[in-house]
Amino acid sequence: MRFLQGVDPEMIESPAVEENKETEAKPVLRPAEKEAATPAKPRTRRRLKVAHPERCIGCLSCMFACSRMRTGTVSLQNSAIKVQTQGGIEGDFRVVVCRGCQDPPCARACPTGAMEKRPNGSVVFHKDRCIGCGSCEKACLVGAVTFGKEKKPIKCIHCGACVDFCPHGVLMLEEIPTSGG
Amino acid sequence: MLRKVLYIDLSKEESWVEERQELFERWMGGTGVGIRLLQEECPANTDPLSAAAPIIFSIGPLNGIFPVATKTVATFKSPLTGELGESYAGGRLSLALRFAGHEAVVIRGQAEQPSYISINDGEVKIKDATSIWGIDAQTTGVILRDREPGVGRRSIIRIGPAGEAKVRYAGVVVDTYRHFGRLGLGAVFGSKRLKALVISGTETIDVPDAKRYKEVYNRLYKTAVQTDVMEKYHDIGTSVNISALNWLKGLPTNNFLLSSFPQGENISGEMFAENHLFRRLSCAGCPIGCVHIAALKTAFSTHHEFEVKKVSYDYEPIYSLGSNLGVGQAEGVLQLIDVCERLGLDVMSAGVVLSWATEALEKGLITSKETLDVPLQWNGVDGYTRALENLVKAPNEFYGALARGVDYAAKKYCGLDYAMALGGNEVSGYHTGPASIVGQLVGVRHSHLDNAGYAVDQKAVKKPMEIEMMVDELIKEDNSRGVFNSLVGCLFARGVYTEENIIDSLETVGIIKTKDDLMELGKRIFEEKYKFKVQEGFDLSNVRVPRRFYETVSAAGLVTPETVEEMLGLYRKKRGWG
Ligand code: SF4
Ligand code: SF4
Ligand code: SF4
Repeated sequence: MRFLQGVDPEMIESPAVEENKETEAKPVLRPAEKEAATPAKPRTRRRLKVAHPERCIGCLSCMFACSRMRTGTVSLQNSAIKVQTQGGIEGDFRVVVCRGCQDPPCARACPTGAMEKRPNGSVVFHKDRCIGCGSCEKACLVGAVTFGKEKKPIKCIHCGACVDFCPHGVLMLEEIPTSGG
Repeated sequence: MLRKVLYIDLSKEESWVEERQELFERWMGGTGVGIRLLQEECPANTDPLSAAAPIIFSIGPLNGIFPVATKTVATFKSPLTGELGESYAGGRLSLALRFAGHEAVVIRGQAEQPSYISINDGEVKIKDATSIWGIDAQTTGVILRDREPGVGRRSIIRIGPAGEAKVRYAGVVVDTYRHFGRLGLGAVFGSKRLKALVISGTETIDVPDAKRYKEVYNRLYKTAVQTDVMEKYHDIGTSVNISALNWLKGLPTNNFLLSSFPQGENISGEMFAENHLFRRLSCAGCPIGCVHIAALKTAFSTHHEFEVKKVSYDYEPIYSLGSNLGVGQAEGVLQLIDVCERLGLDVMSAGVVLSWATEALEKGLITSKETLDVPLQWNGVDGYTRALENLVKAPNEFYGALARGVDYAAKKYCGLDYAMALGGNEVSGYHTGPASIVGQLVGVRHSHLDNAGYAVDQKAVKKPMEIEMMVDELIKEDNSRGVFNSLVGCLFARGVYTEENIIDSLETVGIIKTKDDLMELGKRIFEEKYKFKVQEGFDLSNVRVPRRFYETVSAAGLVTPETVEEMLGLYRKKRGWG
């Protein structure tokens, strides 16, 4: 079972972690895509993905990891990833994560620039600019933006802490090109 | 972290919160706090099914905060044994209690009409449940799910018709697949006209030192998922023991007439996993996923029309409703588990009651007049299904007696020699040797999990052990489990929570304890429980051991009454009870 292979927990603690940090890591692209990409090192960013939702056992370890690693609290409300039940525990779980959209509606909807799209396509959230209007929450169709106790959005930073604490291989971090996709 | 008790009075339709810092400081939480609250709330000789009898739920300081600290303990006076009632359940309940901000809940009184309790953070409502009274436990969950808030973070606990009918071993179903199974909490719910309790919360907990918290959490998490301390529960699950115990001659079969089951292979954990297992689930906060769910597919016409039931299974129900009833096909076992789930019966007690009745019918102590022509015979799954339904409906005196437990029924109809209960509680699935028998006799709630005598026996099979050492092990477990159950961790994670890890994790939530403190706490909790037991009439010098235990060979060979007597004597002496 993998455990904290991808992310150094120390790193997550440090405020220096930026959302969707641009990486030059080897992209996980199929050969054809590789060809199409720029001849030089392709610029990529990391994105959280629900690779195998049907493998989820509903342990909520990912939600606790997200709150713990990002905010140092024990909380379900502070988690950017959400594991929902559909028809109770007998039904299938639905794991809701931010898709890291290339043309992010949350940023488009935000009237103050608190949800800001950066050149590489990622969205960074500036708490100080947020007026708590809820426009981003409404704009995100997948339901990835929720409001925490402070009435401010909880936004995924694609750090991968949840991936490292999922015992069942449901989640993964993928590398996507900063353009297209 | 404020440590509060929520009080709910069903008679007065009131609720209030009290800060009980001192209580939690002295008794930690979980079962420690539970037994103290029971002593406060339950005067001597209270009728367990009266308004004066309380229900207490409690969790400990680590629940929701550390991995595999997933259980809630229910403390009450047992309508089955007439003394200490204590039962543990997982699911999402401890998490919901934590985030609703209540480390303990005390329920008093009796509702005037069928009701359910809805707790949403600090808001407590007692609501009308008239329209769902009589509905099975599963459907009750389905209905309340649509009515109550808190999707994904709430817990719904409820009773079925057995609890309503006050069957003395009715359980409470927790989040569909987990249970407060043992000792009749369901009947206590029923007596209070309490159909269900739904709880959810949104609190966030700040730990004093987030960095240290992450460190300790990571260590425990890693131990749980990476090392093999929990591997058994992760793979085949507890049902892996069917094959193991069958081979050791420790698997109770046909009401303990045998200790190995010729058809054992058909109902082994491997067989279930291979042919029926389709999904595994976890209690919230546990990365293991030990809850094994089987799909039971049955045709209901000749036109390829099927109904599919999702049934959770474990070792204990496979023993009690499988080998113990001579049921030699996995489908049969699953059908009987499903019936118990819907009615809301404890599977262990139900199985043992039926196995006694089967033998009593065979031996002519009862006739088809008593059974109302229901054929009770080994492997007779349909007959057993009807009998289970009957003991809830109690259409005659006989089924009414069955609903009161095997001790009661056998006292009425004879056959005590093979009425398989210890301390009034129907026994669990281990005929492993003397430590299992003595362990269940002396245990605070007469459960195999009080001190794991079955594990002591299995150790002794591998490497012979003096009986004094066996007794020492039982005492050690009795005490240390008192501590662990105050936390309230899942017993499967005992290996994760070493003394050192317990001390470190407590420290991260601001509770400083030494090894000696913990040992002393364990002993104190045990003593308080015994105080309650003795007050309610339990007398260890006058306990009944069904003769059958001495007649059927166990994993440790034939057990003699002398060995059991000697161990009991030693136990009493070591406890300082003369
Ligand atoms: S929050 Fe929603 S809209 Fe914004 S990037 Fe993520 S998925 Fe897209
Ligand atoms: S990637 Fe990081 S921020 Fe996003 S859900 Fe997972 S833990 Fe939370
Ligand atoms: S950690 Fe993985 S298995 Fe557990 S709830 Fe999250 S996605 Fe599901």
